[in-house]
Amino acid sequence: MPKRYVSIWFRYLATDLHSLCQPQLKSIPFVLRSPSHGRMLITSSNAIAESKGVCQGMVLADARAIIPELQVLDDRPDLKEKLLTKLAEWCICFSPIVAIDLPDGLLLDASGCTHLWGGDQNYVNDIGKKLHARGYDAKVVIADTIGVAWGTARFNRKYQVVSTNDHLSILQTLPPEALRLENETVERLHKLGLHKIQQIIKAPRASLRRRFGQDIITKLNRAIGTEIETIVPIMPVEPYQERLPCIEPIATRVGIEIVLEELLKTLCGRLTNEQLGLRTSILKCYRIDGKIEQVDIVTSRPSHNIKHLFQLFELKLQNIDPGLGIELFLLEAPRVEDHLPSQEKMWEGSVGLEDVRLAELLDRLGNKIGTQSIHRYLPDEHYWPERSVKLANSLQEKPIISWRVDEPRPVQLLHTPEPIEVTAPIPDYPPMLFIYKGKEHRIVHADGPERIEQEWWLQQGQHRDYYRVEDEEGNRYWLFRLGHYHDKSYKWFLHGFFA
Amino acid sequence: MVVSKADIFKGLQTDLLRLQGLKSVNNCELNNFLGPIASAFPNHSFPLGVIHELISHRQEEVAATSGFVTVLLSMIMGASGTSIWISASRNVFPIALKAFGVDPDRFIFIDLKKEKDVVWAMDEALKCGAVSAVVGEIGEIDFKTSRRLQLGVEHSGVTGFIVRKASRNIGTIASVSRWKISSLPSEKSDRLPGIGFPKWKVELSKIRNGKPGTWDVKWFDGKFFPTHVPIDTLVASDQWHKKKTG
Repeated sequence: MPKRYVSIWFRYLATDLHSLCQPQLKSIPFVLRSPSHGRMLITSSNAIAESKGVCQGMVLADARAIIPELQVLDDRPDLKEKLLTKLAEWCICFSPIVAIDLPDGLLLDASGCTHLWGGDQNYVNDIGKKLHARGYDAKVVIADTIGVAWGTARFNRKYQVVSTNDHLSILQTLPPEALRLENETVERLHKLGLHKIQQIIKAPRASLRRRFGQDIITKLNRAIGTEIETIVPIMPVEPYQERLPCIEPIATRVGIEIVLEELLKTLCGRLTNEQLGLRTSILKCYRIDGKIEQVDIVTSRPSHNIKHLFQLFELKLQNIDPGLGIELFLLEAPRVEDHLPSQEKMWEGSVGLEDVRLAELLDRLGNKIGTQSIHRYLPDEHYWPERSVKLANSLQEKPIISWRVDEPRPVQLLHTPEPIEVTAPIPDYPPMLFIYKGKEHRIVHADGPERIEQEWWLQQGQHRDYYRVEDEEGNRYWLFRLGHYHDKSYKWFLHGFFA
Repeated sequence: MVVSKADIFKGLQTDLLRLQGLKSVNNCELNNFLGPIASAFPNHSFPLGVIHELISHRQEEVAATSGFVTVLLSMIMGASGTSIWISASRNVFPIALKAFGVDPDRFIFIDLKKEKDVVWAMDEALKCGAVSAVVGEIGEIDFKTSRRLQLGVEHSGVTGFIVRKASRNIGTIASVSRWKISSLPSEKSDRLPGIGFPKWKVELSKIRNGKPGTWDVKWFDGKFFPTHVPIDTLVASDQWHKKKTG
């Protein structure tokens, strides 16, 4: 079967993307810049700017002189490659072999594909039309070799389809740049008056090699087709999903459980082989009446443990309404992470925060009642009691500072301090008695005051003077006075209970 | 002949404990620091891998109970264990737990809205062998539910504490013991001004195969002491000095 290759050239690749994100840029001249040797160079310009004479490689200051209202945006070096990868993945709908052709093109191996579109012309038109609909200005050319397709796309406006008969004649009309040679070689060819490939093809190969190196011979042979050129196709990431269609619709819980187990077995088998573990997973059930029921789970650490994942799903299976029956099950793992096999232990004696069983328990609790209700605390560098602990981000996070024990803290702390009525003799002395919830407590022993100032960079307000007091019955309380005694605006509060 | 009879009784009693689900766990350290209370337990050892019940009516008693439970947890958890504290209305302040000899970052607090969820979460946690102990603050719990919790711990060996709050008429549940902790006025000391060390009245109203009783104890230097030992002698003792200066 004769080989056919498609070359797609995006003339304004980077600027087209910016225009898509910001539609107002479509109608004004704008360029992308990046610094180079202490000045700003234009890396790409859009069609309007180019029509006014601003092109790639110009210094930004010169371009501003030509078009004063020029819009300038910063260029990202990896933008083009990322964008081309995305486009290449999309192009897999036209051919299974798609390669990126940096800096601004794609290559497709279209051998045996075009008849599905009803011929080369339709194939090329379809690609061009679809890319144009997506907002990209693309020139698409199909030819027998990559070289001719590439050159024709960039240096010949007329042709879109280069048939096998026209192959050589079209190649001959192209300039030497179309051979993808180095700039230096191209310049020397032009200097020598060789402005068309026609003139190079006729020249004796030995003298060409002597003057311009082996590269020109290779490129020429590849363009003509006497030497095979290979492309490196992109490998699209296969999504982590498993599907199980059923012959008879399933409407029972037992049936769903069996399906789930089967799906987990195949998915976890694949994850285990690739040393991955899933963090989130979704089970989609397609009902015969067209509705989709779905449940999802989240794990706190990557896992490919079938039993554990099954338990997590089991808690949520009751949310699935099978209706008249489910005909297709789809299990997806949208988020996967590396999960290296743990070293086997001779005994399971490690009781601690690193224990996998603990993480699995918290997954089960979190999936049923919500992860926001599971807390673990670490000390924080604040004296203000409410801020003296912070939530830990993970089970493994270690405290950076040690827990303070120098000042006693109540074992029970009220979320909001409750106002109390107090009799206190003189400033800075602990109170003699206080009334809390209608009950009078006479104070026998007291410690304090411990003054805790507001952290002004976080919150404004008055300081607190804390007292630890004990009443006649031996109950111990943590009281504080908000504000100074002498400015009459102070208030007393009860904030906690000591053991 | 008499000696052999006593031996037979002792053997039978040990068998009986084993058959009733009380495993003889080697927890000398725990009993050592429990001080006078240890004599109440079967085999003189604090039962682990079972459900304990603690009752408190008032907020002040809840605080005393939290302190007492933390002291027990600190010994059960040892150097690297973890505990889960499940509650629907938690006021426990993590920083304060350090004073009872346990790192607060080894606690996982689960704060729920409904009592029903607390029981479910406690059931799940008690079945997981990776934790040392589980504390659940539950208001109302019926006998059947408590029996389920007890069956869970018999497999996993986790010790459970049910802290029951503000229950006026308290029904019986399938727990091994029932405790009530309340604060006592601290003693006067010339050498220590202000409020002293925690002092509790520990009432053990039920203990399976043990002897219930009431003790007045104080928590000092990581151990329980009977209250009749004056604090001055404890402070003045050589051991304390050695620890402080060394």
